[in-house]
Amino acid sequence: MSELQRVDGNALGGVLSEVFAADLTTATTTCAGCRGVAPLAVLHVYLDAPGAVARCPQCGTVQLRLVRSETCAWLDLTGIRVLQINP
Amino acid sequence: MASTAVPGRLTWRLAEVVATADETPAVRTLRLQVPGWPGHRPGQHLDVRLTAPDGYRAQRSYSIATPADRERLDIAVERLDDGEVSPYLNGELRVGDQIELRGPIGGYFVWDPSHGGPVLLIGGGSGVVPLMAMARARARVASTVPMRWLSSSRTLADVVYRAELEQLAAAHDSFELFQTLTRDAPEDWAGHRGRIDERLLAEVAGPADAARQTFVCGPTSFVEGVATNLVGLGHPPTTIKTERFGATGAP
Repeated sequence: MSELQRVDGNALGGVLSEVFAADLTTATTTCAGCRGVAPLAVLHVYLDAPGAVARCPQCGTVQLRLVRSETCAWLDLTGIRVLQINP
Repeated sequence: MASTAVPGRLTWRLAEVVATADETPAVRTLRLQVPGWPGHRPGQHLDVRLTAPDGYRAQRSYSIATPADRERLDIAVERLDDGEVSPYLNGELRVGDQIELRGPIGGYFVWDPSHGGPVLLIGGGSGVVPLMAMARARARVASTVPMRWLSSSRTLADVVYRAELEQLAAAHDSFELFQTLTRDAPEDWAGHRGRIDERLLAEVAGPADAARQTFVCGPTSFVEGVATNLVGLGHPPTTIKTERFGATGAP
C-alpha cells in the first residue's frame, strides 16, 4: 500500500454509513495501542487494500478494518478501545 | 433547507446531469439534479458509483462545491488520465445522463456561517472544491464572518473558480484572497509564486488565534505539509481540520 495513496477517515463516511446510522467521521476513537484520542476523520486510511484499513496517526496501530462484499460486511474494531459517537 | 449531516443510513440515488462547465483543462463541474436529496452542509462530500455493462463497479468520493439548494448541487471532477472513474465523469458524461450517488457524507470537515469565525481556507489543486462550498455559503447569506482563502495551483490556467474568487474578493471586505502558482506564473501575476511554505503561511495566517477555524484540503502531502507548518507557527492543532485526497492532482 502506497503512502502516496493514503487518505483519511473522512473517506470512510460513505462505507460506514452502510453499517451505522450515525455519522462516524465525527466520532472520536481511543487507540488500543497508544490510548491516543482523535476524531475518526483524522485516522490514516488506505483504500487500496481489498477493504479499508484505518491506522492511528500517532502510533500506526490498525484501529479499523472494513471489508465489503455484495452480501455482507466484515468490521474489525479491535484497535479501538473506546468509540465515542458524537451525533 | 435540510441541514442534517447524515440522516440515517444512506441510499443510492439516481442523479441527472443538468449542466456541465469546464473550470480548467483538467477540472469539470457537473451540476446534478438529485430527486429526494436531503440537503447537505458546506464541506460534505458524496460517493459516485459507476456500473459497467458486465456488472463491474467502481466508486469514488467527490466534494460538493455548492451550498444546499433543494435538489441541485455541483461537484467538480479532476481528470486523472489513469483513473477508472474520472475520465468518464470528466470527459464522456453529457447533460441528461444519469449517475448513481449517495450522500451527504461526513460531518467533520464542515463549516457554515452559523459556526462563525474567523475562517482560514487552504486548498491545493482540486482540494478547493469543498472550500468553495463554504465560501459560497458565506456569500449567499451575506455573512460578514472574516474569511481568508489561500490556494495553490500549478499555473494560472489551473486555478479552479478563478473568476468567482476574484468577484468574492472584490465584493466583500472581509473575504481576502491569496493565491500562489507553483510552476509557471505570468510576468504580471500579482499573487504569490512557489509552494505554500512556512513564510507564506505566516503572512496569510498571521498570529495564532484560538478562535480561528482552519480547513485544509488537497493531496495528502500538501495537507500534511500545511498542517505541520501551521502547528509549527503556533496554531493550535484542534483549530485545524484536514481532508486528504491522496495522490491526485498535486498542485
